[in-house]
Amino acid sequence: MKILIRQGLVVDPTQDINRQCDLLLEEGRVAAIDSKIELSPDQKAEVVEARGWVVTPGLIDMHVHLREPGREDKETVESGARAAAAGGFTSVMCMPNTDPVIDNESVVRHVIEQGRRAGSANVHPAGAITKGQAGQELAEIGEMARAGIVAISDDGYPVMNSQVMRRAMEYARLFGLPVLDHCEDKHLSAGGCMNESSASTRLGLNGMAGVAEEIHIARDIMLSRLTGCHAHICHISTAEALQHVRRGKEDGIAVTTEVCPHHFTLADADIENYDTNYKMSPPLRTPRDVEAMLEGLRDGSIDCIATDHAPHTSLEKDTTFEEAAFGIIGLETSLPLCVEHLLRKEVVSLPRLVQLMSVNPARILGLERGTLKKGSVADVTVFDAERQVTVDSNAFKSKSRNTPYQGWVLHGLPVLTIVSGRIVHDAR
Amino acid sequence: MKLSRKHVLGIAELSLQDIELILKTARSFREITERPLKKVPTLRGRSVIGLFYEPSTRTRSSFELAAKRLSADAVNISASTSSVSKGETLIDTGLTLQAMRPDVVIVRHPVAGSVHLLARRCRDIRFVNAGDGMHEHPTQALLDAMTIIDNKDKLEGLRVVIVGDIRHSRVARSNALLLSKCGAQVAVCGPPTLIPLDFHQYQVDVEHDMGKALQGADVVMMLRTQRERQHEVFYPSTKEYFNLYGLNSKKMEAAKPDAIVMHPGPINRGIEIDPAMADGPHSVILEQVTNGLAVRMAVLYLLAGSGEGLGI
Repeated sequence: MKILIRQGLVVDPTQDINRQCDLLLEEGRVAAIDSKIELSPDQKAEVVEARGWVVTPGLIDMHVHLREPGREDKETVESGARAAAAGGFTSVMCMPNTDPVIDNESVVRHVIEQGRRAGSANVHPAGAITKGQAGQELAEIGEMARAGIVAISDDGYPVMNSQVMRRAMEYARLFGLPVLDHCEDKHLSAGGCMNESSASTRLGLNGMAGVAEEIHIARDIMLSRLTGCHAHICHISTAEALQHVRRGKEDGIAVTTEVCPHHFTLADADIENYDTNYKMSPPLRTPRDVEAMLEGLRDGSIDCIATDHAPHTSLEKDTTFEEAAFGIIGLETSLPLCVEHLLRKEVVSLPRLVQLMSVNPARILGLERGTLKKGSVADVTVFDAERQVTVDSNAFKSKSRNTPYQGWVLHGLPVLTIVSGRIVHDAR
Repeated sequence: MKLSRKHVLGIAELSLQDIELILKTARSFREITERPLKKVPTLRGRSVIGLFYEPSTRTRSSFELAAKRLSADAVNISASTSSVSKGETLIDTGLTLQAMRPDVVIVRHPVAGSVHLLARRCRDIRFVNAGDGMHEHPTQALLDAMTIIDNKDKLEGLRVVIVGDIRHSRVARSNALLLSKCGAQVAVCGPPTLIPLDFHQYQVDVEHDMGKALQGADVVMMLRTQRERQHEVFYPSTKEYFNLYGLNSKKMEAAKPDAIVMHPGPINRGIEIDPAMADGPHSVILEQVTNGLAVRMAVLYLLAGSGEGLGI
């Protein structure tokens, strides 16, 4: 089957393309990009009239929680993949904090198989750094690499023992895997449920100081320097943390970082009436930190945007702020939030946005995606940056509804999501 | 006159007019507690439920007595003896109570914002916050204000020093809000470990030296060291704490000669306050208890009363 996407604004930073043209997909691959592609009468193709829409390499969310195995009531690989497709993502990387933990080959194979069956997005699991994410013994990283993991992470459970982290980094290098690093000194953040700030004092809630994140980031950049391992800092959230990353990059250390849309669109001061949809880890920080995140996106010190999509049942959120689960869903709001708050406010250009949401995640995870070069896999996202959408979590494909953006009016509608040349989401 | 709010969840939400109305109403009710027959029919036919998720003696009995003196039907529920101990969620408990059509529910809960959650979900009930975690304890601040005014005739311009575990104290937050709102000059004092970094936001001075803090004080408000909220070490020992931040007659010399000493109770004698100070001539601690009853009567009346006269 062929798909001819006509006269969309094709944006592919890997080829320095940012112009209106045609894109032809054939047998799951990119067949051609040209100002005008004529099909001969015998060539059958689905023609997509994309004038006014943006056509990019498939978006990649390199930080999601799909909850399978173990908590299929919150999300499954299948529902998560559908949510991804609906949000314009062609690939997701899922974190290993499932039950059981993705810390061995068989669970890795299970998740990959579930992703293959789901079909609506490419699902790439990360393996745990340590067995059971307990922070003590290294998981079978080599076996998991053979089974198909694209990174290792103890996301949600930072590796507190520096020696274990050092060994993990040394060992991960053997397989060329990045370490996706949840940075949080658990002793400093213990008992906290939001940012430690004037807002937490006012609300009478225990805070998590930004320094708990910053100390851990500083440590792991130093370990990255020592080991040569690529350390990718997950969900960065404070201005000082970003300074550590900037300095690490300046020093030539293999460090990259990601930011979540909620950390550049919301601040701790927005937590009103103890709404648990504003509870996440790392927590929403100060307006100054939000500005720093925007600056990091602008100046290139932040490498990519990831959602930390964290589905929870209403039971786990419909309680007091202190007792509620950490995390919000993000797959179906990410692109509109980025269009509204980054593109329309001219924080980043369209090519830069594509780098942040496709090119760089692919590069960090070593995926042969994030490009529309001829011959590459036909993962494509088409979106309408001018279309206004009202966030309605009841219409989400995700099984969970925990979002603070309910009712927000944003611009940016994912129109078509194409995975390996097959349309998996169509909102035309 | 009516309150501008449906609930009394915190001082932050109350206007100055609300505060003045509660205090004025409390004064009229205090007279009832001095009568031989301490009961008026003001809230006859109304029901008031106390929902207590934390141990409490004075607040709980104060609210219960306040409701009964106004002739309301008063019921108290302890989490330990209710369906909560069987795993019922806070919201389900609230909805169950709502189905019984109470007029006012008083909530004491260890988690900040819990009463706000109930107020959002149980829209037919009027709620009073009797202390939510480290957040607020509005009736305590109101009764403290009443006690200060009784002794000093005003709040405006007074130097009020709150000493102790500010970090974990809902009393400190509510008092800082109320006293600042009413024009008092408030200072908080304690070790840096027990004062949040940004407590200045309440327009209060932060002082770590108790001697300096008490200079010229009109009111010294001592707080309980909340050992049940202190999951880590905030000071090396109670002995050292008392030496630095316990109130004794020597430290009290820095305050004005006619300064009053307050404490929300329960008192940890010898840890934050010397018995001689707790029971001495400066102490108004028992007046606070008496005023607490009047303030709670006023709050219940203003929330559940018909507004057709006090019936006293």
